[in-house]
Amino acid sequence: MELTTLQIVWFVLIAVLWIGYLALEGFDFGVGMLLPILGRSHQRGAAGEADAEARKRVMLNTIGPVWDGNEVWVLTAGGAMFAAFPQWYATLFSGFYLALALILVALIVRGMGLDYRHKVDSDTWRKRWDLAITGGSFLAALLWGVGLTNIVYGTPIKANPAVKGDYLFDGNLFTLLGIVPLLGGLTFVGLFLTHGAFFIALKTDGPIREDARVLGVKAGLVTAVLAVVLLLAINLRHGSLVSWVGTVIAAVALLAGILMASKGREGWAFVGTFVTIAFAVVAYFGALFPNAMPTTLATGADLTLAAASSTPKTLTIMTWAAVVFTPIVLLYQGWTYWVFRKRIAVHHIPQPVAVGK
Amino acid sequence: MDVLDLARWQFAITTVYHFLFVPITIGVTALIAVMQTFWHRTGDDRWLRLTKFFGKLFMINFALGLVTGIVQEFQFGMNWSLYSRFVGDIFGAPLAFEALLAFFLESTFLGLWIFGWDRLPKKLHLATIWLVHLGTVFSAFFILAANSFMQNPVGYTFNAQTNRAELDDFAAVLFNKVQLATFPHVVLGAYMTAGAFVMGIALYHLRKQALDHGPDIAMYRKAVRFGAVVALVASIGVLVSGDVQGKVMTEVQPMKMAAAEGLYETRANAPFSILTIGSLDGTNAKPILEVPGLLSFLGTGSFTAEIQGINDIQAAETAKYAANPLTASTSYVPVIWMTYWNFRLMMGAGFLTMLFAAMALWKTRGQGVVTSGMWKHIAIWTPLLPVLANSFGWIFTEVGRQPWIVNGLMTTQTGVSTTVDAASVWISMIVFTLLYGVLAVVELKLLLRYIKPGAVPVEAPKDPADRADDEPFVFAY
Repeated sequence: MELTTLQIVWFVLIAVLWIGYLALEGFDFGVGMLLPILGRSHQRGAAGEADAEARKRVMLNTIGPVWDGNEVWVLTAGGAMFAAFPQWYATLFSGFYLALALILVALIVRGMGLDYRHKVDSDTWRKRWDLAITGGSFLAALLWGVGLTNIVYGTPIKANPAVKGDYLFDGNLFTLLGIVPLLGGLTFVGLFLTHGAFFIALKTDGPIREDARVLGVKAGLVTAVLAVVLLLAINLRHGSLVSWVGTVIAAVALLAGILMASKGREGWAFVGTFVTIAFAVVAYFGALFPNAMPTTLATGADLTLAAASSTPKTLTIMTWAAVVFTPIVLLYQGWTYWVFRKRIAVHHIPQPVAVGK
Repeated sequence: MDVLDLARWQFAITTVYHFLFVPITIGVTALIAVMQTFWHRTGDDRWLRLTKFFGKLFMINFALGLVTGIVQEFQFGMNWSLYSRFVGDIFGAPLAFEALLAFFLESTFLGLWIFGWDRLPKKLHLATIWLVHLGTVFSAFFILAANSFMQNPVGYTFNAQTNRAELDDFAAVLFNKVQLATFPHVVLGAYMTAGAFVMGIALYHLRKQALDHGPDIAMYRKAVRFGAVVALVASIGVLVSGDVQGKVMTEVQPMKMAAAEGLYETRANAPFSILTIGSLDGTNAKPILEVPGLLSFLGTGSFTAEIQGINDIQAAETAKYAANPLTASTSYVPVIWMTYWNFRLMMGAGFLTMLFAAMALWKTRGQGVVTSGMWKHIAIWTPLLPVLANSFGWIFTEVGRQPWIVNGLMTTQTGVSTTVDAASVWISMIVFTLLYGVLAVVELKLLLRYIKPGAVPVEAPKDPADRADDEPFVFAY
């Protein structure tokens, strides 16, 4: 089957949605993971405890108004995969069943933590939700990395002998835990840590700002090594012009971001990790094309985009919707970031709520 | 249990749970938007207090609706991959539209509303909550369009080459006749739920204030009456749209209508039983209270019309569908006791809500207040009843569609994922159920904690222009 222009357009759009998701929620995940690290105070005793709590609240408030909107990008990416490439959605979501269930659990506890942590003024209450936020952010970041890397690197996919036109994943949770996918998971964690640190450095003021910048540089250097190995491994197996170019840009952007951070240019540092994530996704999708899920089985069959695709009619309707509404979404979501553009410092944080005391 | 049963249970648990929170979100955003608008128009700070009070309760509730919603979008592919591949060309688009048009709107503007009290000009801040509400209504529209396709597939053709249903007419899918009745039914049900939520909680405080001679009697009376009027008006709409739904259902899903009554034999002037004893599935039922001709009326608009019975429909569907593996089933009859009782419980809970709303309106007319112990019970039950009615209604609708996943086109057993083993579904089901259970307890405790102090006095939000850069935020995590 020949690929049509519409199918290529939707493959690109789905890549764009994943870029939106990973580049935006990536820093949310980073902030969540950094909570116990950057949430530590330099002071000791009771003053230190109060300062640590204030730092945590400063961090959480940098993402407070925006994290939920960021998360919608993955719902849109999932919905778009369902609508544009139903066989991709069906094979992937049933195949990666337990990994996805774990991601869902991680996203649930993390979201509840963000929404509920501030609602009761109790140390125990806050500690539990901190664990949910940090654990959930880490697990989701790790598993998205493992999952997406598996899609690109290849999994045991074959045609379903019982149902015409169906493809299935012939493995289990442990099939997904190969070396390269696990490296993918670690790289995502490192990248989001760096991205989150630069975001905090950009959005806060006071000692936490310096701490975040210093930490971001360190995390970035480790991540750079992981990312280069990962992207080389993927390119050596599935490399294409697009994936190589994406890899080079991602690598340069990450190094530039780290350099900018070390020079105190926080805005450019954040742009650097943003571009890194975007072009890492470009590299992934470039390596994937023209497949939706390449197979690792000698007797298997690649699930191609052409075989996974919806009809031209559905793709056309979806294209119109995307053309009209995506710019509107970008405008108002961008405007939100503008409304909450100012740096947050400890003195902005109000007293904890005193409900039901 | 096999994978099919497990997948069904998981879908039932996660979906019913999710929908406990959804109608409150849809409805309460509208009521909060109206309260905030009243505050703008009148300057009466009691409306601001109520806005903030119900705003907090709404956010506690919204958090759970949000996080459990992600599961909804993923589990079609996880547990129902053959269904997803078969109908994805039609069913996927409404889901994608929902995310693009509704979820972004809802989430982005809710963030602005929650954090924006001192960061946005007053009018713009008011606009954000209206946009959140608009998002919830869009969301309802698209997801109900998707569900209506499962009840009454239209606008598609079957392609033997690709072995799936393919889109023919998107407008037909979006404006399916089932959708045209279901969308108003569900959204009005959400307003009814929200009206009851506001009324019940305000009623609790009105009674407390009346007993303690508190200063806020007038404020809570306003809130009670506002909630009660919304609940009452919306419930009339629910009745009317439900009636239309019944007629559409008789036409496109006659088995579901017969199962709603447990009507085994085709007959004219079919009665509707309010209560029966005997076997639960109606095979040996003895009606205690029965209205002659009412089922015929509900189904067709005429008391004397003929309603097809389960046995005839079973025979007809077997003849029609048995040959095709996608549609073959040993039985085309849903679980009758489920459809029979859920249908009645839904209506009963709805009517009780109407009654309580009417009573509250009557009692609080003029300077009226409530003090007796009975009103405490009414205050507690009024918010719960529509929530239960919503669940009963959906359980009726979905159980009544069985054995079909898409009515007349694909059975549920042919839609389940083939690669997922029972152990995996057991694990995910246990984990989700435990997690949801814990979260429900936390949510309820938190809700009660926030309901207790009531709509306490609040400072009027400052215009962002008057706010110093280093002032603490009005709201922060």
